Amino acid sequence: MALNRDSKFKRFIIHFILIIMVILSVYPALRVFGTSLRPGDMLHTTSLGIIPEGATFEAYVNLITNTPFLRWLLNSLIVSFFTVMVGISLASTAGYVFSRKKFPGRRAGLTFFLITQMFPATMLVLPMFLLLARLDLINNNLGLIIMYSTTALPLCVWQMKGYYDTIPDSLEEAALVDGLNQFQAFYKIVLPLASPALVITGLFSFMTAWSEFMVARVVMTNESMYTLPVGLFQMAGNFNTQWSQFSAASVLIMLPALFLFLSVSKYLVGGLTLGGVKG
Amino acid sequence: MKKILGQDENPLSNFFKQYGFSYAMLLPALIVVALVIIYPFFYNFRLAFSNLNMYRMRPFIREGILETSFQIGMQNFVRILSSSDFWIVFLRTIVWTIINVFSHVSFGIFFAILLNRDMKFKGIYRTLLMIPWAIPQYIVILIWRGMFNYRYGAVNNFLGLFGIERISWLTTPAGGFSASIITNVWLGIPFMMMIALGGLQSINPTFYEAADIDGASNLQKIKHITLPLLKPVMTPAIVLGVIWTFNNLNVIYMMTAQTLTDQIDILVIYVYRAAFEFYRYGYAAAFSVIIFLILLVWGLTFMEYMSDEEKAVR
Repeated sequence: MALNRDSKFKRFIIHFILIIMVILSVYPALRVFGTSLRPGDMLHTTSLGIIPEGATFEAYVNLITNTPFLRWLLNSLIVSFFTVMVGISLASTAGYVFSRKKFPGRRAGLTFFLITQMFPATMLVLPMFLLLARLDLINNNLGLIIMYSTTALPLCVWQMKGYYDTIPDSLEEAALVDGLNQFQAFYKIVLPLASPALVITGLFSFMTAWSEFMVARVVMTNESMYTLPVGLFQMAGNFNTQWSQFSAASVLIMLPALFLFLSVSKYLVGGLTLGGVKG
Repeated sequence: MKKILGQDENPLSNFFKQYGFSYAMLLPALIVVALVIIYPFFYNFRLAFSNLNMYRMRPFIREGILETSFQIGMQNFVRILSSSDFWIVFLRTIVWTIINVFSHVSFGIFFAILLNRDMKFKGIYRTLLMIPWAIPQYIVILIWRGMFNYRYGAVNNFLGLFGIERISWLTTPAGGFSASIITNVWLGIPFMMMIALGGLQSINPTFYEAADIDGASNLQKIKHITLPLLKPVMTPAIVLGVIWTFNNLNVIYMMTAQTLTDQIDILVIYVYRAAFEFYRYGYAAAFSVIIFLILLVWGLTFMEYMSDEEKAVR
């Protein structure tokens, strides 16, 4: 929309609204950061301020030395890493043929992926839980990796397909003429061009694995196998919760996610293409 | 599409020549999906007609089969649909979904329109407004839960500045439900905003120039140009938004843990408890099927309606 025509007053109002919204969306994160710095003797306060008096990193030290935080972190990192790897490789190949090729079952496949989104979580978790129990995969990272990469897959495939749709196919045609086979054309020509979408897909898979709670709670029953969400929820549920410690953990979990998110945010506007439902 | 080269006599090898690549590329995804989605899906149906629960779990794990004596036909379904609990929870789920999605979409589009102009700090605003999406959901929920604390929570203290009485957010059903909705609305806006922003950027500016020449007001422009052109972009996002909200386990479950447990559950949480807190596996499986069918019927009707409308426009 042409802007120079916005009057001064209108621009003022717009900035005003946006600033209020920004404060609202940033405040909780800042607040938890503030809480994590509180010294142990003043956890309960009614102040709305951010940085407490006598700020200290005590809670962080406590968290790392007195709780299994690092162990949970390691579990979460392992699960997230493999979920992203599996998710990206499956979604980039499947999305490609859904975007480019006509084959029997294409429409059905796309519709099926959309329908899987309607499954209530319990519908897959319960049978999978019973299965994992039978295969003795309870308290095993492998079980979680399989669950996460697959449940995120349908959306990732749609997302990749939507992006491939925006890349002209004349590029591959040229590559095929130059003697590359179909897979090389995909791998060497199209995939590099689709990197924004790959980044977004990777981000989604990462966020799924990094923040999933309900499945992890059921599958990981052994404290040393907890992922961060389960561990943290347990921590928050304790009767005498150490709020500063809990907040310190939140900050440490939040930071990598925030950092990843913000560093790829420039891809989000163009890279987020759910694609037309029509396909 | 490629032409079929050299008509082979063998139709099967022809078929492979034409589609082999596609299926080969799909195969890995297909295998995993078959294992983790399709197989459990059908397995869930079998469970739904059984009375498997914690006590019958041991022989089940040992033998790995659902003994025929476990099969109880439609009993689970009958029990669920005839209980008044189900209908209350169902109604609550609908209210929850409508309020949330409506707020997500309208705030999302509103901010997108505000942001979609040349102005100072545009990039900074956009980045900061995305923060709710970037923080893992469970942390956000636990933080908000702390902020809704009666005595020490930021929300009541903030309202206090305006002389508003403290509200017991986490101990009354109405308070808990409102708190959950506020949290979830806060969580979901950025996603809709980004989708809308992508849509706005693809609108051809000449439409607005033409409208300017015709002397259209800003509101008219939004109503007759922006919103109709956003529709194709927003529709899939809204479909997903409804499904995700309808099936949102985290927010209410965590918000009410230990204080309002059970009192403001939506359908999917009700099932989760039945399965993993009361260990009524068969019952929960049947309940899952019902939820799925509700969403499926809604989804198909909605998409049918949208495509009819699209045809009418053309």
